[in-house]
Amino acid sequence: MSQRHLLALFNNFDEAEAVIKELRETSIKGFNFDDLVLKSPIEHHEVEDVLGQRSANVQWFTLVGSILGGLLGFFLISGAQANFYSQMKGGKPIVPLPANFVLTYEMFILGGVFISVLGFLVCAGLPAKRSPLYSAKVQEDQIAILVKGDDSAVAALKAVFTKHQALEIQEEAGK
Amino acid sequence: MGKDIREDISWAKINTDVLKSLESPRPLYWVIVGVALLMFLGGVSLEAYQYRQGMGVANLNNPHVWGLFIATFIFWIGMSHSGTLLSAILHLMHADWRKPIYRFAEAMTTFSLMTAGLFVMVHLGRLWQFYYSLPYPNERGLWPNFQSPLLWDAMAIFTYLSSSVIFLFIGMIPDLAICRDHLHPGWRKKLYTVLALGWEGTDRQWRNFRVTYLTVACYLIPLAVSVHSIVASDFAMSQQPGWHVTSFPPYFVAGALYSGCAAIITLFIILRYVFKFEEYMTLPILKKTARLTFAIAMVWTYLNAIEFASVWYSHDQASKDVLIQKATGPYAFAWWGMIICGSVVPLALAFKKVQTNIPMLFSVSLLLNLGMWLERWMIVAPTFSHGYYPWTWDHDQWPSFVQWGMVFASFGWFTLLFMIFCKVFPSVSMYEVKEMVYHRSLASKMGGKGGH
Repeated sequence: MSQRHLLALFNNFDEAEAVIKELRETSIKGFNFDDLVLKSPIEHHEVEDVLGQRSANVQWFTLVGSILGGLLGFFLISGAQANFYSQMKGGKPIVPLPANFVLTYEMFILGGVFISVLGFLVCAGLPAKRSPLYSAKVQEDQIAILVKGDDSAVAALKAVFTKHQALEIQEEAGK
Repeated sequence: MGKDIREDISWAKINTDVLKSLESPRPLYWVIVGVALLMFLGGVSLEAYQYRQGMGVANLNNPHVWGLFIATFIFWIGMSHSGTLLSAILHLMHADWRKPIYRFAEAMTTFSLMTAGLFVMVHLGRLWQFYYSLPYPNERGLWPNFQSPLLWDAMAIFTYLSSSVIFLFIGMIPDLAICRDHLHPGWRKKLYTVLALGWEGTDRQWRNFRVTYLTVACYLIPLAVSVHSIVASDFAMSQQPGWHVTSFPPYFVAGALYSGCAAIITLFIILRYVFKFEEYMTLPILKKTARLTFAIAMVWTYLNAIEFASVWYSHDQASKDVLIQKATGPYAFAWWGMIICGSVVPLALAFKKVQTNIPMLFSVSLLLNLGMWLERWMIVAPTFSHGYYPWTWDHDQWPSFVQWGMVFASFGWFTLLFMIFCKVFPSVSMYEVKEMVYHRSLASKMGGKGGH
C-alpha cells in the first residue's frame, strides 16, 4: 500500500502539542507515531514530554573525539621527542610529561570539538535534502507536524489536524 | 531608561528587522568600511616596505626585540575572549539578555584572532619561515621545541580559532535557514542554501543542535582560559625582569575579558546605530554589559596591584628597577595612562547615568580599550629597555612609524572583516531572540518575572 506525507501548520506550540498527544493516544491504522516529525522556528523543550524520549548521541562522539585527540597529540609529540638522533637531550627527560600536558590538552579539546561537529551532522542527519513537504513559514512563526501514513490513514490524520485548527494542510505522495 | 525587548513582538517582525540589516544599513556603514579599507591598505603598504627593506625599518633591534607587534598581538588575543564570555559562559548560566548580542561578540572573537595571527607573521619579518612555528620537522629532521610556550601558543591559537569558527557557524545554522527561505534569489540565497545544510528545524535537528552547542560551549571556556594563560607563559616562563611573576596567567585572562567587554560596548553602540537595531540591542542590555565590564575592571585592577606587589616584595632588584622605570622613565606617560584608563575611568561605569548614556558610554569604552592596549605595551617594552645587564639598558629606542602604522592598520583590518560579516550574516541571532521573547512571555503569563 502506498504511503503519503502530510504536513500541517499550526499557530502555536499548544495546538501542535495537542495534536501530538491525540495522535499518540489514538491508534490510527497505517500510521506509526515514531514517524512523526515536529518542525519549529525555535527549540521547544516541553515537546520532548509529548514526543517521548528520542535520543541525542552527540556526547559519545565528543568523548571519543577528545580521547583520540589527546592520544594523537601526546604520541605525536612524544614520538618526535623520542627521535634521539635529531634532538639534543642534555640529560633532560626524553618525554617530559608536565610540558607535554599543555599540547595534549589542546589536542584533547581540538579533537573533541571537531568530532562533536561530525557527530552533530551524523545525528541530526545533515546535510539533508529538502523534505517532500516543506513550508518556509516554519522558519518564521509557525509550527509544523509532518506525518507519514498509508492511504487508509490519511483521512483520520487530516481529521485530527482540522480538529485542532491547522492553518494549512499539505499533502504529497510518499515513498 | 529605555525599554527592553517587547514580549509581544511578533516572530515575523524579528525576521524582517534582522534580514533588513543585511540589505540596507545606514550610510555610516559605508563610511566605516571605506575608512577601514584605507587603513588596511596603508598597513599592506607598510608590510611590503618592511618585507623589502628588512626588519630594521621597524626599529626592532637589540635590546628591543619585541615591540608594538607583540604588544598588539596580545591585545587582539585578549579581545577575542569576550565572545567566549558572552556566548559560552553566559549561555551556561542561562543569562538570556546575552541572546541579541552574542552573535557579533562571537564574530569579534574570530576576527580578532585572525588579526592577532597576522602580527605573528609581521613580527617574524621573514614570512617564508612562518612554518617554523608549526609542529613540523625541518629538512634535517629537527622538530620545534615542544617545551617552548611559543609553540604552545601557535597550537593554542589554532585550536581556539578553529573552535571559535565552528562555534560561530554551528550557532548560525538556524538563522542561515531563515535567510535561505526569506531572501530573494541571487548569490546570497545560494550561499545560505549551502551553509544552512538543509536545516528545517525538526525536533531531531534541534535536539542534537542543543547538545552540540552546549558541548562546544563547555570546551571553549577552558580553551579560552588556556589560550591567554599560554600567552602569559610566553612572558612568565622567561627570566626577564618584571615577567617572571606567578600571577601573570590570571592577570592576562582578566585583562583579556576586560578589553573584550570594553570592545563589545564599542561595537554594540556602532551596530545599534548603523543597522538600526535599537529594538534589539536595548539600553537594559547595554547597562548589564557595562556592569559586567565594571566588575571585570575591578578584578583586573586588583590583579594589577598584586603584580606590582609581587615585584616590589620579590627582592629582585632588576624587576623592581623596571617597575620604577615604568612609573618614572620615558614610558611614564603610557604607564600612568594605563592606570588612569584601566582603573580610574571604569569607576564611571558604577553610575547609572553613565550606564545608559550612549555617547558617554561610547567614550568610556574607547578609553578602556586604549588603557588595555597600553597595558600590553607596558608589559612588553619597558622590560626590554631595562634588562639585568647595563648593556641592555636602552631607554631611548622608540617604535618607528612602521610599527605604529601596522598597529593602526590592524584596527582597519579587524573593522573591515567585522563589518563585512555583519552585512553578509545576521549579527543578531533571530531564533535566540524568538526563544527569549517566547520564554519571557510565558513567564509573564504564569505571573513570573521572566527568565532574566
